[in-house]
Amino acid sequence: MWRIIHQFGSPPWVYRFCDRVIPWLLPLTAVALIVGSAWGLLFAPTDYKQGDSYRIIYIHVPAAVVSLAGYYIMAFAGLVSLVWRIKLADLAMRAAAPIGAAFTAVALITGAIWGKPTWGAWWVWDARVTSMLILFFLYVGVIALFEAYDNKTIAARACAILSLVGTVNIPIIYKSVDWWYSLHQPASIKFTGSSAIDASMLYPLLGMIVAFYALFALLMMLNLKQSLTSEYAQSNWLIKRITT
Amino acid sequence: MHPKRKQRLILALVVVVLSSATIGLITYALSGNINLFYSPSEVAAGEAPVDRQIRVGGMVVEGSVERASDRLETRFAVTDYAHVITVSYDGILPDLFAEGEGVVATGFLGRDGTVTATEVLAKHDENYMPPEVAEALENARATAVQP
Amino acid sequence: MQFDSFAAAVTMGGHGGFVWAAYAITSVVILVMIVRPVLSTRSMQDTIQREFERKQAHEKDAS
Repeated sequence: MWRIIHQFGSPPWVYRFCDRVIPWLLPLTAVALIVGSAWGLLFAPTDYKQGDSYRIIYIHVPAAVVSLAGYYIMAFAGLVSLVWRIKLADLAMRAAAPIGAAFTAVALITGAIWGKPTWGAWWVWDARVTSMLILFFLYVGVIALFEAYDNKTIAARACAILSLVGTVNIPIIYKSVDWWYSLHQPASIKFTGSSAIDASMLYPLLGMIVAFYALFALLMMLNLKQSLTSEYAQSNWLIKRITT
Repeated sequence: MHPKRKQRLILALVVVVLSSATIGLITYALSGNINLFYSPSEVAAGEAPVDRQIRVGGMVVEGSVERASDRLETRFAVTDYAHVITVSYDGILPDLFAEGEGVVATGFLGRDGTVTATEVLAKHDENYMPPEVAEALENARATAVQP
Repeated sequence: MQFDSFAAAVTMGGHGGFVWAAYAITSVVILVMIVRPVLSTRSMQDTIQREFERKQAHEKDAS
């Protein structure tokens, strides 16, 4: 067990791990996304109330789910970097921030596009929508804060603290539709009891959520490989790996 | 200014702007009590301010929608199953607006207790199903009600 | 298949513009997120490779 944890702290091991996993994770993710999208767009039944506009759910919900999970991954990496001062945790935190920001942006944009035909407005200052916008600012804040310092060690520490402070927003986003009157409807997929979404529409949605998690893992590895290459450009292990 | 310092200054400003925007948005949401709208019961209890822009949300009462024949104006009743409030709206209603469906109306609460809306948004629930399933559910309910 | 024709799948009962725009924007974001680190890593690897070859040639000259 400890050996595995130690391996994840070793840059050469992680670099080799990414190198090995990316070649099969990339096509697998692509296939999952294409099959899931086709299923949701063309084969899932039409909704009795919303018609076909509901098909946006197959990207809106997975993007939102992964943007929340990604924040916890970023904050956890930040915690590890603060407490154990492991360089790879710094790199993982920085790798997660732009991915999380992109997924949050996708959730907000697709939400706006979905809101126009269903609610009648692109944007509403609703508790769920506003707290998602704050999540986007938190991700962008972590990226900008890192760039604001010359000393990378201090920068990583500041980012870790900011990302940890921001975790308070995640349960707020999740529970906002239950705690306050909002325009956004409550969650359709329920962990306990039966879901409020018909099985024929639920399975493609679950498939797309899995595909988006795979996409998150893939993007994490691509970003980690990039930052390892730039960080260890002078190290013998990397030069040896690239040149042979 | 030294380009490096300038870059740092800009980045610091970006951080300041973003964090203040975040806090600003929180306070903006808090100022409306975070709730997006008042329920008809809250309006009946006098919790909603009169002659100020508010939002009222609830279900459109079945059979309450009256459309004017010569204009776009529509009047309908909104309920939370405890109290009812009348809303009048002169504009295009969203596609999902229907009797028995959720709605959020933005407008002014008059002294007569009716809301003159400037915007009406449809609030849908979390249920998704194919039309056949919805029909089957409806039929099952109809037969269950009949003795 | 839920749609009888290609045209029906494009228009989606009037909501096609919204649905396809959402999918198009998402695809662009995903592609950019994948291509950016791949290209950047590749160019850095090329630099490391060239630097390594230059050094080796230099060492050969010296010996």
